[in-house]
Amino acid sequence: MIAELGHYALVLALSVALVQATVPLYGAWRGMAGWVGLARPAAIVQCLLVMIAFGALTYAYVTSDFSVLNVASNSHSAKPMLYKISGVWGNHEGSLLLWLLILVLFGGAVALFGGNLPAPFRARVLAVQAMIAVGFTSFVLFTSNPFVRLLPAPMDGRGLNPLLQDPGLAFHPPFLYLGYVGFSMAFSFAVAALIEGRVDAAWARWVRPWTLAAWCFLTMGIGLGSWWAYYELGWGGWWFWDPVENASFMPWLAGTALLHSAIVVEKRDSLKNWTVLLAILTFSLSLLGTFLVRSGVLTSVHAFATDPARGVFILAFLIAVIAGSLTLYAIRAPAMKGGGLFAPVSREGGLVLNNLLLSTACATVLLGTLYPLFLDAVTGEKITVGPPFFNMTFGPLMVPVFLAMAVGPMLPWKRGDLLGAVQRLKFAVSAAVIGVLITLVLAYDGPWLAIPGIGLGVWMIAASLEEGAYRLRLFRAPIGESLRRLGRSTRSAWGTTFAHAGAGMVIIGIVASSAWQVEKLQVMHPGESQAVGPYQFKFEGAVPLDGPNYAAVRGTFRVSRDGREVAVMQPESRSYQNPPMETTEAAIRTGWGGDLYAVVGDPTGDGAWSTRFYNKPMIHWIWIGSLMMVLGGLISLTDRRFRVGAPARPGGAARAAGAAASMAGK
Amino acid sequence: MTRKRRRLYIVGGFMLIFATAAALVLMAFEENIVFFYSPTELARKMEQQPIPPDRRLRIGGLVEEGSVSRDKDGITILFRVTDTVEVVPVRFRGLLPDLFREGQGIVAEGSMAMDGSFVATEVLAKHDETYMPKEVADALKEAGQWQGDHE
Repeated sequence: MIAELGHYALVLALSVALVQATVPLYGAWRGMAGWVGLARPAAIVQCLLVMIAFGALTYAYVTSDFSVLNVASNSHSAKPMLYKISGVWGNHEGSLLLWLLILVLFGGAVALFGGNLPAPFRARVLAVQAMIAVGFTSFVLFTSNPFVRLLPAPMDGRGLNPLLQDPGLAFHPPFLYLGYVGFSMAFSFAVAALIEGRVDAAWARWVRPWTLAAWCFLTMGIGLGSWWAYYELGWGGWWFWDPVENASFMPWLAGTALLHSAIVVEKRDSLKNWTVLLAILTFSLSLLGTFLVRSGVLTSVHAFATDPARGVFILAFLIAVIAGSLTLYAIRAPAMKGGGLFAPVSREGGLVLNNLLLSTACATVLLGTLYPLFLDAVTGEKITVGPPFFNMTFGPLMVPVFLAMAVGPMLPWKRGDLLGAVQRLKFAVSAAVIGVLITLVLAYDGPWLAIPGIGLGVWMIAASLEEGAYRLRLFRAPIGESLRRLGRSTRSAWGTTFAHAGAGMVIIGIVASSAWQVEKLQVMHPGESQAVGPYQFKFEGAVPLDGPNYAAVRGTFRVSRDGREVAVMQPESRSYQNPPMETTEAAIRTGWGGDLYAVVGDPTGDGAWSTRFYNKPMIHWIWIGSLMMVLGGLISLTDRRFRVGAPARPGGAARAAGAAASMAGK
Repeated sequence: MTRKRRRLYIVGGFMLIFATAAALVLMAFEENIVFFYSPTELARKMEQQPIPPDRRLRIGGLVEEGSVSRDKDGITILFRVTDTVEVVPVRFRGLLPDLFREGQGIVAEGSMAMDGSFVATEVLAKHDETYMPKEVADALKEAGQWQGDHE
């Protein structure tokens, strides 16, 4: 009964979305207030209906209702409650319903909190949002219905893939989707602006918080995903340039570029065309990511099912969205004139450079991801484009981004002085030099590329801090004045400081952990020891034990350094029954200097076990840095000018009036 | 600074970055594309011209029943990969993935040794008991040995 209710709510949601996608749009065009006014309640009703549908599916999972096919195939009564709930989105149908839920939640948020948007504009935004919802609701209803019944109901379910039974992964999809789908707001705002033929500072001020929020979620989602890969897969790696990872990374790169170009639109009324295009491309990449992962063209842990009808549907939808929005862009964009002029060396210039580099880097990732698919489809030849390709193309393109990232915030708008900016960063310059020298002393035998890599990371962190200090006139003015400045300074500038320093930490983590990692692989009898860098791992033996829904073998290692015990590590090798599957649970001990990582493998006969150890210096900086970036985004999000009611279109400004006149004329 | 001038700078900068990226991509494609071969294709290639040991490639097929053993050092694992027509002996030093077992489809990445065996640096056996890597399924179809039902 509950499942049917969910299904029915979803059908109703589709009809509401159809109305919301058309009526307000027509109303805004004809200037009919009643029709325009429909957008808001429609968005809220649609949101409630999808919430009911999602709630119904969750209910079926929580109560282990195995008469629902989706629950029977993906859940099991013996599963802990957390994984019963996360099982809702741990499968194809449920994850699409989550996608849809987040989409309508964003729509509902605009309806509820978008009171400061002009009514026709809001109606258009919500109509575009509803068009996407129509596509996805029909996709769920017609190709991936999660409410299909299974009769007779089985006694128990088939269970969730044990790799997915993990707290990190329970929250990875919702964050990722909040990011992916969050970019739909930027898309809807961009398309609505194209329909209106007007992009101005107020537009950028509306778009930026949504983009920023989506970006924070996506950063968090990618971070959680890589952390999960690191500790759950037992390979010691955290990023594999796997097509599925790239699928989430491309929207992130484009979204990062969008965040920065929107600043130029807001502050300087420039780069409008480009920003609108970027908003369209970012969401298109999100859709492409969904297509790659959900259509089954890629085989991976994420591709839950391979059904050609689904792939064709998403591909058709993808083409419709991209072709439709780009056509609209081609018609409308030339009419939008760019505003403020600027010299190449200026804040705007820095942001343009950031955009060019990020979008080119994104394009190389896209190429490396799609080329094997393309080649397979055209010639049948099977190739892989692995990490070396991405390291060689993506890496060098990001170096100037990181170099410039530190200088950009020091440059004034319009026209800057590069030499002066670098001179003001003298602390950061010396910190980077000292960082390089210390690294040289500690790691005199290379690898050589790692040394400037560390310098780059130190440069970014130090320059971000110095830029913050400069803003406060710290150490150059009485402390009282610095504190006063702290109280008055804008939050978004602090967001920049945090996020840029976080990026620097990520760089240091990546460089150090890949350059100076020690890996040891051996067969050990109980009682034997193995040296890993400065550490000694003593194998105490391995014993069987029982978990709630698995059986495991647990190895015990005593780790010492200079004769002092620093840790006891207990990695496990688990076998799950439902579904039957083995997983490796690495033991990880995080210290100040980095991680120790231990894996127990198979018994080799004669009482010995194969074991693997890693010492990964500074690897935790990758995730601390990612969290700093998210924190920076959140701080920026609390900036006053993004708060509800703050951004208002400058009605008296000549440009806005001109645009309004041109709009009234059509 | 006029509008035209600014556009010139931006376009110029873009061309420069784009050209660099294109050069990097071409170079990386030259060196880092890894081809996939089934045991049959591999045998055919080796007949024409031996693959040099510095060339990375991927092979895939089923782990032959009864072929898995450990080398004297205890850590190197020896097994054979087959598409039921040809067989490739594989050496792998490392921990096998959780789902590695005889009769299971796997993909291995590595290079050819001088003695005609394959030295794997990575072995992938993915995800669940019914899952077959796509390349392996295609390779088996090619060999006319496909009876699977997951089309």
